[in-house]
Amino acid sequence: MNKIFRRTYSYYFLLPAAIIYFIIFILPTLMSFFFSFTRWDLTNWEFIGFDNFITFFNEQSLSIGFKNTVIYAVVTCGLKVVSGLLLGVLLTSNLRTKDYLRSVIFFPTLVSTIAVGIVFSVMMHPSQGIINMALDFIGIQGPDWLGNTHLALFSVAFVDVWKGVGFATVIYIAGILSIPSEYYEALQIDGGSAWHKFWNIIVPLSRPATNSVIILAFIGGLRSFDLIWAMTKGGPGFTTDVIASIIYKQYQGGFYGLATAGNVILFLVVTALVFPLYTYLNRKEVDL
Amino acid sequence: MKKARKVGFEVLAVCFTIVAFWVPFYFIFVNSGKDAREASSLNISWPSATHFWENMKAVIEVRDHMLIRAFFNSIVLTLVSIAILIVLAAMAAYVLQRRRDRFTPLMNFLILAGLIIPPAIVPTIWVMDGIGLFKTMLGLILIEVALSFPFAVLLYKGFMAAIPREVDEAAVIDGSNGFRLFFSIILPLLQPVTATVVVVSAVTIFNDFTNPLYFLPGSKNVTVQLTLYNFQSQFATQYNLLFMNILLITIPPLILFLLFNKRIVAGMTAGSVKG
Repeated sequence: MNKIFRRTYSYYFLLPAAIIYFIIFILPTLMSFFFSFTRWDLTNWEFIGFDNFITFFNEQSLSIGFKNTVIYAVVTCGLKVVSGLLLGVLLTSNLRTKDYLRSVIFFPTLVSTIAVGIVFSVMMHPSQGIINMALDFIGIQGPDWLGNTHLALFSVAFVDVWKGVGFATVIYIAGILSIPSEYYEALQIDGGSAWHKFWNIIVPLSRPATNSVIILAFIGGLRSFDLIWAMTKGGPGFTTDVIASIIYKQYQGGFYGLATAGNVILFLVVTALVFPLYTYLNRKEVDL
Repeated sequence: MKKARKVGFEVLAVCFTIVAFWVPFYFIFVNSGKDAREASSLNISWPSATHFWENMKAVIEVRDHMLIRAFFNSIVLTLVSIAILIVLAAMAAYVLQRRRDRFTPLMNFLILAGLIIPPAIVPTIWVMDGIGLFKTMLGLILIEVALSFPFAVLLYKGFMAAIPREVDEAAVIDGSNGFRLFFSIILPLLQPVTATVVVVSAVTIFNDFTNPLYFLPGSKNVTVQLTLYNFQSQFATQYNLLFMNILLITIPPLILFLLFNKRIVAGMTAGSVKG
């Protein structure tokens, strides 16, 4: 039987996928560790030790990307969790317009990131943009959303949340709908308020949804490139550069070794933050 | 009283979505129908004279009909990538879900890693260059397949688990080999999840910007997302054409959304909860 088993589920089925996946994903990932220690023009390489990494952390225009990447990921992730949870609660209550609301909030997820970035950067124009015109109308002097060095990264993060909140919301909707109705009945018998329902039932029991949203939003935030590139190209100055945009800039400049070092740093940041986070969240889930 | 408050709340919620979600799309729409001078004031008034048709023609004709080429390339890229992805991911999931031996944990780990780790850009270019596929459509197709593979396998594995093993055993006893079992029994049974993989990857690959930017440069091979990028500097003073371009490339995802809304949502949530 074992032989039949092995023949029926032969590894030959896996082979074509494994070859493509290995050559295009795993091999370059492994090679990146080597090439990050070189000066390199795709054909000739010269081993230069830790120079690329030293450059990366010493040059202010590069090291800022490290900080921005983490800030951007934490901010977008946090906002997506909070707004996704609230919208999820709202859209699982018995509203008549909930199908409409669900669709409208979800649709931006499917629109091209570049298009969203261009549209918002136009709407955020400091004097002519409709956002500041609207603020002006109610008597508030709007800031220069993308030109202010302290604000620009958060403006981009805001657009990221606008585009991604629909995804977080549908995960929460799925999570909240899977909570058994006995909990709500018990609460009703005990005479709990709407606040109790939210805080003592929905928040703890939609924990698996929260974990998914945190992990996905956090990974997405760390890897983010398109939106930042479409909106600010890392500017003003280098204030909104993240690791992914620095990789692109170094690649364009022909500094392949440095670009690869950027990739390795991004790899390390992602694994160093995501794996512990993942274990932590899953441990909490077991405790429940 | 309570009912009135509820209705009031709903009205408020709908108004909020109009401001937050309809305005940006309305903004794209009205500006794509203005002339260049009027569009440059960047407001949301209705165009004083509509130019939708002229703008559409102008956008399509720019740079020797680049947009048509881009649509052709994007559609080829999306369709071929999805076709390859489905067969490869379904076959991989078939083996990985049914078999349990000392190699499967390692393989599952590598697939999970693909969901988390960002691809190494320049080394990928180096590898593609080495096998002669850099700057080719086939190369980009294989990249899209490899990068969508982990997500598709997880979806397929989840669904495979629900197909009883008795189905396999019956087929084997009737004399099917693995090949026939997979292609004539398992793959047809996987049809619902295949539909999910198709729509979700169609949207992702059609909207992909980063991979074509790196791995398929050059205006001959341009894809729709890169037309925006190319037009952005060119259209600095012609916002009407830029917005018409955005409008045109938003139509395919919009159609998919209108047709498959439920399936897309189901697919994305299923994949995420398992991932």
